Amino acid sequence: MGAVKEEAVVRSNVRKAMKARERANMAIFFGPAFLIVSFFFVVPVIVDIAISFTDLGRELRITEITTKNYDRAFTGDRQLPGVIARTVFYVGATLLIFNTTFGLVLALATTAIPKTSGTFFRAVWLLPRMSPSVVYAILWIWSIHGGDTSLVNQILKNLFGSEKPIDLIQLEPMWVIIFANGFIGASFAMIILTSAIRSIPEHLYHAARCDGAGSLAVTWHITLAHLRWPLTYIFIWQTLSLLTSFEYILLITGGGPFRATTVYAIFIFQRAFGSAGQYAYGAALAFFLIVPGVILALLLWRVSKMGTLLQKPRIEVQ
Amino acid sequence: MATIEFRGINKKFGDETIIPEMNLKIDDGEFVALLGPSGCGKSTTLFMLAGIYLPTDGELLFDGARVNEVEARDRNVGIVFQSYALYPHMTVAKNIAFPLRFKKTPEAEINRRVKEAAELVRVGELLERRPEQLSGGQQQRVALARALVKDPALLLLDEPLSNLDATLRLAMRTEIKALQERLKVTTVLVTHDQIEATTMADRIVCMHAGKIEQIGTPDDLYKRPATRFVAEFVGSPPINTFQGAAADGVVELGGARLAISGGANGPVYVGLRPEHLFFADGGIPAKIVQHEPMGREILYVCDTPLGMVRILEAAATASQSIGSETHFGFDSAHSLVFESASENLIGNARVSAIESGS
Repeated sequence: MGAVKEEAVVRSNVRKAMKARERANMAIFFGPAFLIVSFFFVVPVIVDIAISFTDLGRELRITEITTKNYDRAFTGDRQLPGVIARTVFYVGATLLIFNTTFGLVLALATTAIPKTSGTFFRAVWLLPRMSPSVVYAILWIWSIHGGDTSLVNQILKNLFGSEKPIDLIQLEPMWVIIFANGFIGASFAMIILTSAIRSIPEHLYHAARCDGAGSLAVTWHITLAHLRWPLTYIFIWQTLSLLTSFEYILLITGGGPFRATTVYAIFIFQRAFGSAGQYAYGAALAFFLIVPGVILALLLWRVSKMGTLLQKPRIEVQ
Repeated sequence: MATIEFRGINKKFGDETIIPEMNLKIDDGEFVALLGPSGCGKSTTLFMLAGIYLPTDGELLFDGARVNEVEARDRNVGIVFQSYALYPHMTVAKNIAFPLRFKKTPEAEINRRVKEAAELVRVGELLERRPEQLSGGQQQRVALARALVKDPALLLLDEPLSNLDATLRLAMRTEIKALQERLKVTTVLVTHDQIEATTMADRIVCMHAGKIEQIGTPDDLYKRPATRFVAEFVGSPPINTFQGAAADGVVELGGARLAISGGANGPVYVGLRPEHLFFADGGIPAKIVQHEPMGREILYVCDTPLGMVRILEAAATASQSIGSETHFGFDSAHSLVFESASENLIGNARVSAIESGS
């Protein structure tokens, strides 16, 4: 009897130890992610929402709890409709021209040519992404500024004999920021789509050829059909990223000239930290960026079938 | 339907020669198997027929017309890949219809022919499914329907059965063979599996290192292998081959003296198939090392003065136990003698009864 009892005690101790280990493992695995998401997403969002219901300004004093920031955003800010229109144009154009289409063209082109040249061209297109943003912005300014020493004006002068220098930042500021951001954004799609194209089994191409498909039909029916999911993923991800894009615009045009490139993220920055110093109003504007962000992220979760990627672990963690 | 001819076909990838020179004629409606180990160039040959690879040199003729430069899509060739290569984003119906889309076939006719092809391979009720919802056997049938829907002049099968389980393979073998006989479409099958080749094909082209070793009926390859390679590659369990030196029509093998009818001199290989060896009271001594029950037969591996020898006994239960010492003889009518240098079969040469043991 004693032996049986002893065995039961040992077994219950083992079980307790296993439970403890399970808990410890959970903390080790989820702890870092939990802390990061909490400190860098959940807490700032809560702080932002809290501030948006106050009158916090440059004096750093809260005198009342109020909804007037939201009233102002919905009715009283005359600049806001223009800002939203510019943001839609900027995000739409950069996304459609560069971050998806041009990225796709780069991926298709660099996988169709010999491997070494393909890798070289992809590396070249990665350079803007790898350069520090300040360096990249300065290069743009050097290239397009209005003086006759800029790259564009040198080309115009020496190749086309144009005498009058042009200032692209003054002439086409919106397209300047679309190109500057697009050149960086395209490489994201390029990398993802290149690996997606590489993962298409070669037999499918052979089969399509034998079935009578020409080059265009093969691209359409085999390659593009396979890129549907990655393209959707890139589309949503880049929309999010462009909505909050900020640094290159600030560095190259500063939102100008005359607000011509003041998109939503820049507008928040100017309202909150610019000469006006309306922190609370900035927080309310920022809140509207969080909402589509969360919705799009959830959509991304659905379309990229992230759930199916989370398979059961192959080893049992104890 | 088409006749196919390889005229001095050579294929190189960069500096590496895969096929040095190939000459082969395939008749209209014939079922030919390209048989050989991996890397022998059989798939390369198939892909040249499909137009996926272009020959480096020589002429490839379909019905007497040169097709070297004709693109895959213009060759009217149906192909079934080892992986089936079904388009994963399309339903079965769309997969089968795919080749017809590029032939400007009217919609109504596409539907009719897709149905017909699907019925032919018995996947008529699966038309709305996607490939991922099908079993291996069903995918295979769909791939076959897609290859046949356009009435191809030539049907190419690239190891079509190797991804199926044993029972299904047996069934599909019979089905494909019956289908080919019914449609009379010229068919080329690539396989490394001799059973597949011998059961399905009218003629077998046995390949080794890019060269054709022998072209013949399954029976030819088994009974009269042109080279030592064919003798060793075709037949399961494999043939026993022994190296020996012939002098005045006698070859000495491990102390035994075998007479060669027809005469031969110089180094030779003697080939004896396991089923033509039998245990006897006299003959060459043998010690049983291993026995493998194979159902209706038992395969023995024996240690003999000639080296390790495989003997197949037509019996359900083993007559010899492991470790026992016995003797074996052989059926001289079925022995094969190959010249050592060229490894070619010496016509009519046979080894017969043991002259004297030592």
